[in-house]
Amino acid sequence: MASIVAVIASTHHPFYYRATTATGADRPPFADEWERKILAFRETLTRANPDVLVMVGSDHFHQLWLDNMPQFLVGKAPFYDANWYNEEREFGLPRMLLKGQEDLSAHVLRAGLDAGFDLAFSNELRIDHSITCPIITLRPEADLPIVPIYTNIFAPPLPQPSRFVKLGETIRQIVEEWPSHLRVAVIGTGHLSLELGGPRQFGPHGPDPDFDRRAVEWIATGDLDNCLREVTLDSLHSPGNATHGFMDFMLMMGVAGAGAKADHVDTLDLFHTMEAYFTWYPNGAPS
Amino acid sequence: MSKYLLDKFLYTVDRDPDLVERYREEPHDLVTWWEAELANAVLNCHTGEATTWLRFTDDERAALIGHDHVRLFELGAHPFLTLTLFIAMFERDNSEPLEYQKAFGARLAHFDMPYPDIAT
Repeated sequence: MASIVAVIASTHHPFYYRATTATGADRPPFADEWERKILAFRETLTRANPDVLVMVGSDHFHQLWLDNMPQFLVGKAPFYDANWYNEEREFGLPRMLLKGQEDLSAHVLRAGLDAGFDLAFSNELRIDHSITCPIITLRPEADLPIVPIYTNIFAPPLPQPSRFVKLGETIRQIVEEWPSHLRVAVIGTGHLSLELGGPRQFGPHGPDPDFDRRAVEWIATGDLDNCLREVTLDSLHSPGNATHGFMDFMLMMGVAGAGAKADHVDTLDLFHTMEAYFTWYPNGAPS
Repeated sequence: MSKYLLDKFLYTVDRDPDLVERYREEPHDLVTWWEAELANAVLNCHTGEATTWLRFTDDERAALIGHDHVRLFELGAHPFLTLTLFIAMFERDNSEPLEYQKAFGARLAHFDMPYPDIAT
């Protein structure tokens, strides 16, 4: 059976690429520290030596639209084009082409449906920065095949937070039952407190540093009990109007498992958001 | 109220560089043209079929023509879509980094929680 060699949860800040490729006067003052933290984070994936990446993210109204909106969708294609005109325009992100691990996509879909998740699928999916940002930060060679999984954290009505956790637990089980010798890393990105298009956007810190502190603690210690007790679809409005992206972190806590302490925890307090990086090694840290 | 149609306008204009420029320069003409020609297009579908019933309210149309992102927020337009498109149109006029983004937020400062409902 396949082995899960790393579980990784991260924010997906679209400004990282531009900030850290800029030089001279264009390079922002926070870029060096940010890059140092990302290089240390990248090493946690490199050490795990994965063959395949399962990538959890959320389409930002690129391909998925309100006339036909899935709650959870799995890509099943041999290739995925990546990044969109408005991401090139606003963030300077490059166009990319990623390979797909189509047999694992098929397995996730079949087993997910049988486990009670009526997953949507796509045979022609162009992915966006929720998946390409962690490729850029964690595996810039973009050489490993992926299985993209999209969640709806964006267009209400949304699934309940507990459903994200359950899907994460199910993904863990499904991947571990995949009849393959390959080494799989499961990588998911979301947000801590975040405001987009509202009065609290682009402040000197994230909109709710207290929520961020508690959220980092929940994730780092695998404290799903307290997280699920405090987080509801309604409560997530208060830390910032885009904070429902935190449910993708909750999904990754489900993949890592209740009570699982992260082997790598790091944060970076930036303007606008708190960045946060977590890695778990389910089978023990690689030597 | 047709929050869905407001979102559809923001979404379809944002993804087309030509429409972004037309909306910036000639909002009245662009909104009028869009409502007549694109409002009822079924996106992600083959051509030849169209919806028959989508139209803006007068208030919504005026907010779009006026580039009035504060009113769009109040009407429940999706704030991510509004922000992305308005950055595309107006960030270029910044005299310092994030100037437009910060001013955009400041103009919404009078909104308390809970914000207007964005469910469509």
